[in-house]
Amino acid sequence: MSEKLFEVKDLRISARNDEGVEIPIVKGVSFDVNKGEVVALIGESGSGKTTISLASLAYTKPGLEFSGGEALLNGEDVLSMAPLRQREIRGANVAYLAQSAAATFNPAITIGEQVTESAVLHGVLTQEEATKRAEALYHALELPDPHRIGYRYPHQVSGGQLQRLMAAMALCGKPDLMVLDEPTTALDVTTQIEVLKAFKKVIKEENAAAIYVTHDLAVVAQIADYIVVLYSGEVMEQGSVDQIINHPTHAYTKRLMAAVRPTPVAGMGEAVGSEHDRQFPAIEVKNMTAGYGGIVDGEPVSTILRNVTVKVDNGHVVGVIGESGCGKSTLARVMAGLLPQAKGNIKLEGQELEGSLHDRKLEELQKVQFVYQMADTALNPKQLIGNILGRPLEFYHGIKGKEKHKKVAEILEMVELPAEFANRYPMELSGGQKQRINMARSLAANPEVMLCDEVTSALDSIVGANVIQLLTNLRNKTGVSFVFISHDLSTVGSFADEIVVLYAGRVVEQGPTDEVLAPPYHPYTRLLISSVPELRIGWLEDTMNKREMAVGIARGVEITKVGCPFFNRCPMAIEGTCEVTDAPNRELKNGHIIACHLTEDQLNEAERETQKILKGFEKVGVDKPHAPASV
Amino acid sequence: MMTQMVLHRLGIGVATLIVVSIIVFIGTSILPGDVAQIILGQSATPETLAALRAQLGMDQPGYVRYFLWLGNMASGDLGISKAGGATISSLIGGRLGNTMMMAGIVSAISIPLSIVLGLWAAMRPGTWLDRIITFGTLSTISVPEFFIATVLVLILAVELHWLPSTAYLTGNENFVELMRALAMPLITLVIVVSAQMIRMTRAGILNVMSSPYIEMAILKGVPRRRIILRHAFFNAIGPIVNVIALNLAYLVSGVVIVETIFAYPGLAKLMIDGVQTRDLPLVQACAMIFCATYVLLILVADVASILSNPRLRQPK
Amino acid sequence: MTENITKEEEVIAKLDSFAELPDAPPKRKLKLSWVGKAAVGVVVLWMLIVIIGPSIAPYHEMDMEGEDSFLDAYDNFYLGTDYLGRDTLSRILFGARNTIGISILATVLAYCIGITLGIAAAVKGGWTDMIISRINDSILALPSIMLGLIAIAALGSSIPILISIASIIYATSVFRIARALGQDIMVQDFVEAARARGEGLWWIIKSEVLPNAAMPLATDFGLRLVFVVLFISSLSFLGLGVQPPASDWGSMVRENLQGLTYGSYAAIWPAFAIATFTISINLIVDDISAKSGGSLAKKMV
Repeated sequence: MSEKLFEVKDLRISARNDEGVEIPIVKGVSFDVNKGEVVALIGESGSGKTTISLASLAYTKPGLEFSGGEALLNGEDVLSMAPLRQREIRGANVAYLAQSAAATFNPAITIGEQVTESAVLHGVLTQEEATKRAEALYHALELPDPHRIGYRYPHQVSGGQLQRLMAAMALCGKPDLMVLDEPTTALDVTTQIEVLKAFKKVIKEENAAAIYVTHDLAVVAQIADYIVVLYSGEVMEQGSVDQIINHPTHAYTKRLMAAVRPTPVAGMGEAVGSEHDRQFPAIEVKNMTAGYGGIVDGEPVSTILRNVTVKVDNGHVVGVIGESGCGKSTLARVMAGLLPQAKGNIKLEGQELEGSLHDRKLEELQKVQFVYQMADTALNPKQLIGNILGRPLEFYHGIKGKEKHKKVAEILEMVELPAEFANRYPMELSGGQKQRINMARSLAANPEVMLCDEVTSALDSIVGANVIQLLTNLRNKTGVSFVFISHDLSTVGSFADEIVVLYAGRVVEQGPTDEVLAPPYHPYTRLLISSVPELRIGWLEDTMNKREMAVGIARGVEITKVGCPFFNRCPMAIEGTCEVTDAPNRELKNGHIIACHLTEDQLNEAERETQKILKGFEKVGVDKPHAPASV
Repeated sequence: MMTQMVLHRLGIGVATLIVVSIIVFIGTSILPGDVAQIILGQSATPETLAALRAQLGMDQPGYVRYFLWLGNMASGDLGISKAGGATISSLIGGRLGNTMMMAGIVSAISIPLSIVLGLWAAMRPGTWLDRIITFGTLSTISVPEFFIATVLVLILAVELHWLPSTAYLTGNENFVELMRALAMPLITLVIVVSAQMIRMTRAGILNVMSSPYIEMAILKGVPRRRIILRHAFFNAIGPIVNVIALNLAYLVSGVVIVETIFAYPGLAKLMIDGVQTRDLPLVQACAMIFCATYVLLILVADVASILSNPRLRQPK
Repeated sequence: MTENITKEEEVIAKLDSFAELPDAPPKRKLKLSWVGKAAVGVVVLWMLIVIIGPSIAPYHEMDMEGEDSFLDAYDNFYLGTDYLGRDTLSRILFGARNTIGISILATVLAYCIGITLGIAAAVKGGWTDMIISRINDSILALPSIMLGLIAIAALGSSIPILISIASIIYATSVFRIARALGQDIMVQDFVEAARARGEGLWWIIKSEVLPNAAMPLATDFGLRLVFVVLFISSLSFLGLGVQPPASDWGSMVRENLQGLTYGSYAAIWPAFAIATFTISINLIVDDISAKSGGSLAKKMV
C-alpha cells in the first residue's frame, strides 16, 4: 500500500452572485493522491476540475470561496492554515503549471530568475544551487542550450519550449505535489507529444506526485495512474487508468469515450452519393498564391499560400489540415473574398470569381459563407439572435416581417435549437449553442459552400461531437459543400470526404480521405497521423520508440520560397534536392496527389521498412545546422 | 528595431513641434485680424497703421511671415512687447527661471511621492488606506486648482497664520524667506499634480495585477511586496512613465492658476497679463515655450517607455 | 443504488437537452453603491438648479441688497454677501446656469464632432484616418489651457466663443476614444462577417459599431464633462471666461479672492459648488466602471 500524500475530503467550493446568494461550484468531492502517482481530473468546462486542483494550493480564483471539506497535504489541512503558512506551501510543497505558459511567464523578467524564484524565496535552495538545478532540469526536458536559456526573456523562446520551461519552474523547488492544468492543450499535436513525453520522463525521474487536469482522455491514458471523472462539480466515477479507460461503468464516462473521435485510419471516410453532383465543382481555386502586405514582383511581401490548387465538388466535404501557421484559415479567407489572391484564380460553379469582396456580386457573396471559429466574437453581443439570423434572410432574399419570423424559427430548428432563442442575446447562450447560431447565420443565406474555420476547436468534446453530427445531417439534407478547416486530424477524418494537407502554405498531399489516411503517405502527413494520441495505454511509449517524432518539436513551421518547406523536419529529405527544387506533384490512384521528391515506390518502401526511415533520420539528425526554432 | 522606433518618435516629436508652431502662429497672427489695428486702437490714422503694418512685416503673405517668425524664434529673437516696447526676451528672462524653479521643485517632490503612494495603495486594494487615497485623489482631480489654492490660503494663511498668502518675490530673499514665500504655491501644485499621478500609478499596477503571471506569482508563494515591486512594477513602468509625463501637463495649467492666485512672478503670470492686454507677440512667445517644453516631456516619456520594454530592448 | 442510477440518468438527460450553462451570467444590473447613489442625488439637484435656480433665488444676481461687502451669513443672506454686497447664494443659484449649462453644451458639441470624425476615421481608414489623426494628435499634444489662452488672446472672450473653444479642444479627446473604439469594433469577427455578407458601410456603422460603442462613450461623457467644467471655470477664474457682471462660479471665486484675508467665505462657496458637482460625477463614473485587477490583488499574502 503506497503512502497517501494528498487527500481531498468532501471538498466544497462556491461562488456568490450579486445578491450574495451562494452558488455551489464544487459539491463534495473526495479523492486521494499517493506518493509518486499521477492522478488525472477529467471533465468538460464547468466540471470544476481546475477549481478542485487549485485547492491543493489553498487557492481559489477570485469570486470563489471554500465552503466546506478538507484538503490534507501530508495529513495537514491546507485550507485552514494561516495565510502565511499557505504562502510557504505554494511553490515549496505544491507547484502549479498553467495551461498557457506564454501568459504565465512574466514578460519583463528573465526565464532563469522566474524558474529559480520560488525555490530561492522559500529557502529550499540557494540561488547558486537553484540555477544549477534549473540547468539540469532544462537538460532533462531536452531544452536547447541549457546554459544560456535562463538568461533569455520569455518572448525569445518558442511556445513548446516555454511549456517545458514552466515544468522546470514547477520542479525547481522540489515540490511534493505538482498540479498540471491542461499543460498541452494549447500546443500543436506534433509539439504536444514531445512535451507530454518530457513531462512523463521528468515526473518519473523526480518521483513526484501530480494532479493532471485535462479534458482529453487520450492524453490521460498516456500519463495518469488514476482517473477522477468530474461533471458539474461532482465525481461521476473514479478508478485506476485501466479501469476507467478499458472498463468504464458510469454512463457519463461512456459518453465521454464515445465523443473521442477514432484515430484517423483508412476506411473512415464516408462514401458520398452522386445525387448532388453537377457539371462544375461548387468552388475551386487554381494555382493560387496569397499573403499579406503589398505586392512586390507579383508576390505579396509576406506570402502565406503558394501555388495552391483545391477543388470542392457539390455536396462534398473537403477537410483542410495542418499545424498552426500553415495557411489553413488564409485559404478559406481567399475563397470568401476577404483576402484577394495575388496570383491564380477562383471559380464558383464554373464562373470566375473576383478576388476582392467589393467586386463580387451579391449572389456570389450569398453562395459562399464563412463560419468563424469563435462564436463569441463572430456574433454581435448587442443584437438579438432573431436579428442576427433574420438579417441574411432580409438582405439576400428580401424576406421581411412575419415570414422572416417564421423562417428564423425554421432555421433554429435546423440547428436543433428552440424557436424562443430568437429573443435572446448571444451572451445568454452556452458555447455550443452560440456555435450553432454562428452556423445558422450562414445557413440562413442559403449558401452553396460553407467555409468552416476550426468550428469545433473551442468546444468541449461532447458538444463538438454533436456539432459534427449536425453538420453531417445538414450536408446530407441540403447538399451544401463544406470546406472544413481543423488542426485535428481525427475530426477531419471522421467528417470529410476529401482531405487537403497544408504545410507552410503549400498543399503537400490531397485526395479522398481513405487514400490520404493510407500509405503511401507524404512524410508530413505521416508525422501528423503518428502524433494524434490514441486512447490506448502505452501508446506514447510505442510511438516514442519510433524516434522519428523528435522532428515534430525540433523546428517550427517555416515558410520557404523555393524547395520543399518540410525539408528541415523531414526524416527522408534528400539533401541538395529537396531544399532547392519544388517537389513535383505525383498523381496516384483516385485523384490522390502527393507533392514529394520521393517516388511512390520509395514512399511505399519506406512504409514497409520503418527502420530505414529511422536510419535516414539519424543521418539527417536533429542537430542539423539550421537556425534554432524560434516560432 | 529599437533604434528605429526611437528615431521614429523623435521624428514625430519634431513634426508635432512644427504643427504646434503653426497653430500658435495662426492663433496669434492670423486669427486676430489686423494686429496693427489692435495695437494702435480705433483712433489710429491710416498712415500710422500702414507704417506699423510695414514695420511688422504684415504687408507680406502669411507663410512668409510664418517663416520669418520661425527664423526669429529659432535665433532667440522673440520680438518686441506691445506694452512699453521692451524686448520680450528681457521680459521673459528672469520669469522663466522662476517658473522653472517652481516646476523643478514640484516634480522633484511629487514624482517620488506619487509612485510610493500609488504602489502603497495598489499593494492593499480595498483596505481603508486604499480607500482614503482613492477618494482623496479622486476629489483632488475633480476640483479646479483654484479651489485647492483658496482652501489652503484660508487654512494656512488666514486661520493659522503660518504662511503668507502671496508669493511675491523681490529677488533679495535668503533661502528661508524664499522657501516660506514659495511654500503655498508649491503645496498647491504638489497636491494637484500628485493626485492624478497616484491614481494612474495605482491603476497601472492594478491593471497589470489581473495578468495570469501575477496569479502564477501568487501560486509560487511570492510575497506581496515582491509581487508588486518585482513582478507588477517592472511591467507597469512604461505606462507609469507616460502618465508622469502627461501629468506634467497638469503642472502647466496648474502653474497658470497658481501664479495668478499667489501673484508669483513667473512666465505664466506674464502670459495671462499678455492675454488680458492682448499683447500678441508676448503670448506667442510664452505659448511656444510652454508647448515646446510639453512636447519635449512627452517625447522623453515615449522614449523611456520604449527603453523599459524588454521585448524591444532584447529582440528575438 | 437506485439513487445512483437516477443521478446518472439526470446527468445524461442534461447532456441531451442542451441544458449547458451559459458561459457568462445574464446581464448584470447596474448597481450603485450608496456613495454612487448620493452622488447621483447631488448631480440631479444641480441639474434642477440649472433649470429653476433663478426662480428660487432670494435675490437677483445683480442686486446689491446687502448692507455691506463680505458679510457673514445674516437675515436672508444665508451664505453672506460678496465684494459688492450681493447675495452669494443667489449668485451661486444663477451661476449654475452659466457654469454647468455652458459646460454641458460644449461637451455635447464636442461629442458630436468627436464621434462623427472618430467613427469616420476608424471606418474609412487609409488617408482620411491618417490626416485627421495627425491633426488631432497635434492639438491633443498641447495643454488645453494653453490653447484656450491663445484662442482667447486672438478672439476675445464671449460665451459663444467659450463654447466653441471648449468643444473643439475636447472634441480631440473624444475623437481619440471614438476612433479607438471604432477600430476595436471594426476588426471584430462580427463586423467582418457583415462585410463578407456585402453590407454597406452605413449599415455596419449603425447596426454593428454604434451599439457596441455606446456604453463606453456614455461613461466617458461624464469624465469629459468634468474636464470642461474645470476648463471653463479656470478661464473664468483667470478673468478670461464669463465676463462680469454675469455670475459664474469661476469668476465668483476670483472676484471675492481678496475677501479671504478678512475671513470671508464668499470665495469658498462657489468653489465648493464646483467641487460637489465634479466630484459627484467622477464618483458615479468610478462606480459604474469595472474595478480591474483588484480582485486578484486581494489574494496576495
